[in-house]
Order: sequence, then structure tokens, then C-alpha cells
Amino acid sequence: MNKTEYASLGEVLYTGTLPNGLQIRVLPKPGFSRRYAVFATNYGGADRRFILNGQSVDTPAGVAHYLEHKMFDTPEGDALMKMSATGANLNAFTSTSMTAYHFDCTEQFEENLKTLLSFVSIPYFTEESVEKERGIIGQEIRMCEDSPDYAIYMDLMRLLFAGGPLRDSVAGTVESIAQITPQVLYDCHKVFYHPCNMALCVVGDVDPEQVERLAGEMLTAETAVPPGRDYGPEEGLEPTDSYHERVMEVSAPQFLAGLKLGPHGRGPEELRDRLTGSLALRCLCGRSSPLYLRLYAEGLLNDTFDYSIEQAAGQSILSLGGESRSWQTVLEGLNEALERVAAGGVDEALFQRQKRASIGGHIRALNNFYSMAVVQAEGCFVGYQPLDIVSVLNTITCQDVSGWLTDHLAGRRMAVSVIKPKED
Amino acid sequence: MQRTRKEILPGVYLTGLQTDKFKTGLITISFLTRLNRENAAMNALIPSVLRRGTVRHPDMDALAARLDGLYGARLEPIVRKLGEIQCVGFWADFVDGAYLPENAGADQLEQITELLGEVILAPNTRGGLLRPEYVEGEKEKLLECIRGRVNDKIEYSRCRLTELMCQTEAYGVDTLGTEDTAENIRYDALTKRYKALLSTSPVEIFYCGREDFDRVAQAMTRALDALPRGEIDYDMGTDIRMNALEDHVRVYTETMDVEQGKLAIGYRLGSCMEEPDMAAIHVMNSVFGSGVTSKLFMNVRERLHLCYFASSGVDVYKGLMYVISGIDPQNYETALEEIDRQLQDMRDGNITEEELSSAKLTLVSDLRSVTESAAQLEGFWLGQNLRGLDYGPEELAALVEMVTREDVVNVASGIECDMVYFLRDEEDEHE
Repeated sequence: MNKTEYASLGEVLYTGTLPNGLQIRVLPKPGFSRRYAVFATNYGGADRRFILNGQSVDTPAGVAHYLEHKMFDTPEGDALMKMSATGANLNAFTSTSMTAYHFDCTEQFEENLKTLLSFVSIPYFTEESVEKERGIIGQEIRMCEDSPDYAIYMDLMRLLFAGGPLRDSVAGTVESIAQITPQVLYDCHKVFYHPCNMALCVVGDVDPEQVERLAGEMLTAETAVPPGRDYGPEEGLEPTDSYHERVMEVSAPQFLAGLKLGPHGRGPEELRDRLTGSLALRCLCGRSSPLYLRLYAEGLLNDTFDYSIEQAAGQSILSLGGESRSWQTVLEGLNEALERVAAGGVDEALFQRQKRASIGGHIRALNNFYSMAVVQAEGCFVGYQPLDIVSVLNTITCQDVSGWLTDHLAGRRMAVSVIKPKED
Repeated sequence: MQRTRKEILPGVYLTGLQTDKFKTGLITISFLTRLNRENAAMNALIPSVLRRGTVRHPDMDALAARLDGLYGARLEPIVRKLGEIQCVGFWADFVDGAYLPENAGADQLEQITELLGEVILAPNTRGGLLRPEYVEGEKEKLLECIRGRVNDKIEYSRCRLTELMCQTEAYGVDTLGTEDTAENIRYDALTKRYKALLSTSPVEIFYCGREDFDRVAQAMTRALDALPRGEIDYDMGTDIRMNALEDHVRVYTETMDVEQGKLAIGYRLGSCMEEPDMAAIHVMNSVFGSGVTSKLFMNVRERLHLCYFASSGVDVYKGLMYVISGIDPQNYETALEEIDRQLQDMRDGNITEEELSSAKLTLVSDLRSVTESAAQLEGFWLGQNLRGLDYGPEELAALVEMVTREDVVNVASGIECDMVYFLRDEEDEHE
């Protein structure tokens, strides 16, 4: 494996790719007893239409997530039980763009790693076992539907996109999962769970060469090409509709405003662009920005306010929001701030301190080994190295940030999704 | 990892853990006070009002600029309740100088402790009173937070269960106080409460990071030099109720527009709280309902498919156990019966070797890695310090390893169900 030292961060990284295409990342952590492993596939809720044997295949909403639930079944029983017997914590998640299986443990790491590699790569389900899961997932979907965060986000996606997979939630609906059969699950596993479409990332006191050796032994040696996906026709930057509201049992009105930033790229340029965008938003409306602090003091925002740039189904999407009694005033403030940036750029002193704070935040994030392992997997799929973040941030200038805001946000109207409290 | 504990000022205790495991340093300061209905909201409000501005940094903009300059150091209010003790104060974390450009981070610790002292002791006042506009502004935020509990239906159900089950006890008061008491807070009364909190509360300070104890003690002593110390109220603790309030299980159903019913059940741990064996209590909880090998997960979810989640938790300060699950309202009776059956099973000693050993292994593994998270270490030691216990997570892990099936049965046998709370939709109420 290749070794890279990040001396100023106190990190060492080992990278490698097996002949079958599996990407491996290992961050050794001598002296720490808990070890974290993530085995992820570049396959999420948005990967609904793909090419199998030259044919385009459509699958119902919720397959990637359903598959995640069913992968724990093995001919010897439940992988969850097997690993728990060693005191390990095993879990998994499915996002729009990836499915990740992860465990952490203090004992028997190698045994557990073997279990992980094995159950994720060998599908084993029956009509009966697939049927049994439907009720559990149905309750998970109901649980999400009670969450205002989930509802407001899905409403925004439906405002932004006329078609395509982002209009549906990752877990699907009770109706869409009714169409899922064992065959659909086997097909999707075959297409997306080949090592060439996957990454194995480990953070902890482990021997990187041993991780690579185990992965080589446990997984198929056959090579393959990553599957093609189809997210539907390109829609352009305009939202399909501009406003949606719904009533829920919440304490105060909430809003989530957003817009499409266009197709996202890959590799180091993509990383730099994403970091520039995040830093730009931090200067514009972050917790220590003049705009946020003014709106906070005026009682128009509280600390539920947040913003993000997300990549899904080939698209970059910006969203921001939180509780507010007047989202209109918040967006007006945002537009005024953007006009000032367009006219004179971001204030240099503000930029410098936001950059410093952002660097500090990324160094702090290195304390969280689990999220480091997940971010490494994302890095494999998007083609960048997360440990480069601090050095890339150092190269971003005030002009870059001002330019980003002007290019992407100035003069553009955001779609707004709103939740109003139920009146008694 | 070197742990040192010392009284650095009257009634002010510093616990320091020296370690180079983390890239950041963590400091928390907690003023300990009795949890009660009258003062809870005021106590919860105080740190947020102080965080609005100081004499030297008069508003949030000035504080924000200062913290950004310290590489995004964070200094935020924190309000908790441990049993019937309310802990209010601040937490701060900052990147260790070792990871910052040369000369940038040599005195991060002193800069942060100084700012912490300033926020606590030198607020931006008007004529010596907390500024009315800051108090009103933060009061609104507190109210938004209290009312906002309803937004997360699972957490809301647990809060309501606690409130209703313990309505005659101090513990029934929420960490942030109640809406009606918060609404009535005025800046003059709050200033008075602030002064009382400073002068009468025992104070727990926690530090975890690279610096040695003496340096931290010196920095904190200097920062808190002006802390007024009056007669300190050490006489606080948690009143533990051994039995259910009434001779039958109280049932409370609330309706709301929800897709999924939320079931929250409260229990008294009972006789085991006379001389609590913490290790055995944690193992009992783990066998019963914490984690994927637990009886609740295996039966309520995996065998009967009644839910996506069903789990239990314990409050060892108050001697309570609760179970939370999201279910279809039509399965209410079935779920209740099954949860009760699993508890009874445990009382009867029907615990397999696998159930016991996975529960213990998971707990031991979790406890051993408490030392690998500054935040978990902080929580662990605050709890130990409040109860006057001085064993660490590794020692608790060793105790867990020795827990037997009989110990678990002993704990379980005294558990008594006190209340069932159910949040459900309105439509099919009369099914």
C-alpha cells in the first residue's frame, strides 16, 4: 500500500486498490483500543435506473435501503448477532448516493472484519425473509414521516426537480416497497456490490497490509466495470416550482430554501469547489456571520438555522433554513448581503477569520474516527482525499469566495419549502 | 491518562485528564444547583444571557470574531440534569497548539480560560443588571426550545413520560424548566438568581487535553479569581422513589397528528437502588433493551415485527428505567404485553448465556473506549464526581465482567412499572 504522511495534522494514510478494483484506505491509530471499519458501495437511494446486460433496468424507490436491511442475513444466521457476540457495534446506513456497512470494536477486529466482508458480499435471502422485513421498514418509513426535518427536505426536493430519483425518499414509501422482490434485490446486489464499485476504510490501531491481505482473501478476484446509472434528463438550474407549504405538529414555522448548483464534478477540483462554496456560505450566513448574528438578535433566527451543499444523483444542491416567524425577511437579508458581495466582494477581515475557524473545524473533525472512515469512503467515490482539506482551504482566497457567491447565488431565486404549525 | 482532582477555590473542583489522544482540548464548567420548578428555567437561561456579551466583548459579533480568531474555538452554554441536580455552565473546545501554525496556538488554553472567566464574571450589564434586551431575546430562544420539544415526537414522548410520571417529584421538572415559569422571567429577578448561582453553587470544572494539571489549575484560578463565594450549598442530591406512585400502573394517552404511535413506559428500578450495583444495573438494561442482542430488539422487532425500534434506558441517579418504541397504534396491546413478558422473563431468570455475554461484552467494550472520547470522559467524570465515586470507566468495565445472571435477576426482580404514556393519532381513536 502507499503511505502518505500528513505531518501537520498528525495523520498517516495508507491507500491501495486491489486487482478487483476495491479501493482501500487505512488510517492507523496506535494506542487507541477501538477500531472502526466501513465497507461501502457507491450505490444509494438515487441509483434507481441502471444498465444490466445492456438493458436499462428500473427499480422501485427504496431498493438500496431494503437491500441494506436484508444483507445482514447469512446462511449461518444474523451477522448482527455474530458480531455482537464479540462486543462489536455493527450498523449500516443508506444515503442518496451510498450504502455503508460499518462496525467498531475493541476485541477480535480481524474476525469482525472477515464477517463484514463476507456478509456484505454474499447475498442470502428468501421470499419469507424479504417479506418479514416489510413491516419493520414500513415502521421506519412512518417514523421518518413524523419528522419535520424529513418532510421539509422532501418537499424542497420536489420543488427543485420535475423528475428523477431525488423526488423520492431513500427508504421509498410503503407502496413502493410493496413491489420489492428477492429477485430485484439479487439483481441490484450483483450490479452494485462488486468490489470495483466499493471501498473499504479502516481507522484504528491496525496493520494496513493485513487489512489489504484479508480483503484480497475474502473477496472475489474477478474484475468488472462499475455500472452505468441513469438519473434522467438534465433539467437545468431553474426549480420546477417555487413554494410549498404543509401543516404539521410543530412548535414554530420552519423553512428550507434551496437551489440547484448544477452537475457536480469529480476529483480535487470538485473538492476545491465544494470547500469554496462552504466557506462562502460561512461568510454569508454562518453562525458567526454578521447576517446571522443580526437576524438572531432580532429574533428571526435561532440555532436551528443551518445550511449545506449536498451532492446527489450527479447534482449539487444548496439548502438553508430553520425556524423563523418570517422566512421572507431572512431571504431578503440574504439577498441584500449578496448584493453587497456582488458590488464590493466579501470583507477581507471577515473572510480571514472565517477561513481560520473553518480550518480549526476540520482539524477538530479528525477526533471522530467513525466519520473519518465514512468521509474516506465518500472520497473514494468522488475521487478526492479528505485529508487534503486543510491544505486546500489554505489556498482559497477572498476573491474565490466572492466569485463563488456572485456566480452561483447572486440574482437567483430560491425555492422555499415551509412547515406551518397546526392551529389549535 | 493522568487524572488529577483538586479544589482550586472554595467549592470549585477541577478534574484534569492529561492526554495527547485528541487534537483539541475540552473544558467544561458546571454550576451545580437543586433542580426545582421555581428556578429551573432561570438557571437554564443564565448561561445563554451571559453568552450574549461581556464588558470587553459587548455583543455576539465581538465574541464570534474572537472565537473565530482562535481557530474556531467554541464556547457554548450547557444545561443538564443529573438526577435532581441541575448543572448549568459552559463547554469550550479548541484546537491544540500542536496542530496550528507556529506561534498561533501556544497559549490557546490561557486565551480560552480567560474568555470563559470573562463570560461568567464580567457580563455586559446595564447599571449592574443583566441587560433587559439580552434577557428578553434569550428568553424567547429558551421558550422556542421548550416548545420545540414537540418537533421530535420520540424525544417529546420521553419528556412527557418523565414529566407525568414524576409530577410530584423534582425530577419531573424538565432540564430547561417549564414554559410558564420561563415566560415570567424578568431581568431584575434573573440578575439576582445569577448572583446566587455564582456564590452558592458548588462548581465542577473538567479539563481534558495535553496541558499538565498545574498549568490548567493556574489558568482557571486566574480566570475565576473574582468568583464570589458565599455559603456553598452542598446539601443537594436525588430523592429516589422505590415504588410506583399508585397501586396500579398509570396510563396516559395523548393524541396528535402523527403517522406512528410512540409508546413510552416508565419503571422504578426499586429495591436495587438501596445499595446500587451500577455494573449489574447496566447489564440488566443491556440484556433487556439496549442493543441488537437485547430481549426487546430480538422479540418486539425481530420476532414480532411490531416496530423499527424498541429500546430501554436507565437513569442511575434517579433509579428509573424507560422503554421507548414506535408502533402502529393498532398493535398497542400486543406491544405492551410483549414488553411486559420480556421483563418478566428476565425476572424469572430466562436469560441465555449468549444474551448475558453479548450484553456484557458490548458494555465492557463501550466502557473501555470511553477514554477515547473527550466528551464521554467529561460526562462520565461529572457523574462520578457528583456521586462522590472515584473509579474510572476501566474499573467499571472490570465490574461489569463479573456480573452474573443472578445479579441481573436481583436487579430485575425489584423493577416496578409506574406509567405507560402513548402518543397517537386522533382518527382511529374509537377502533
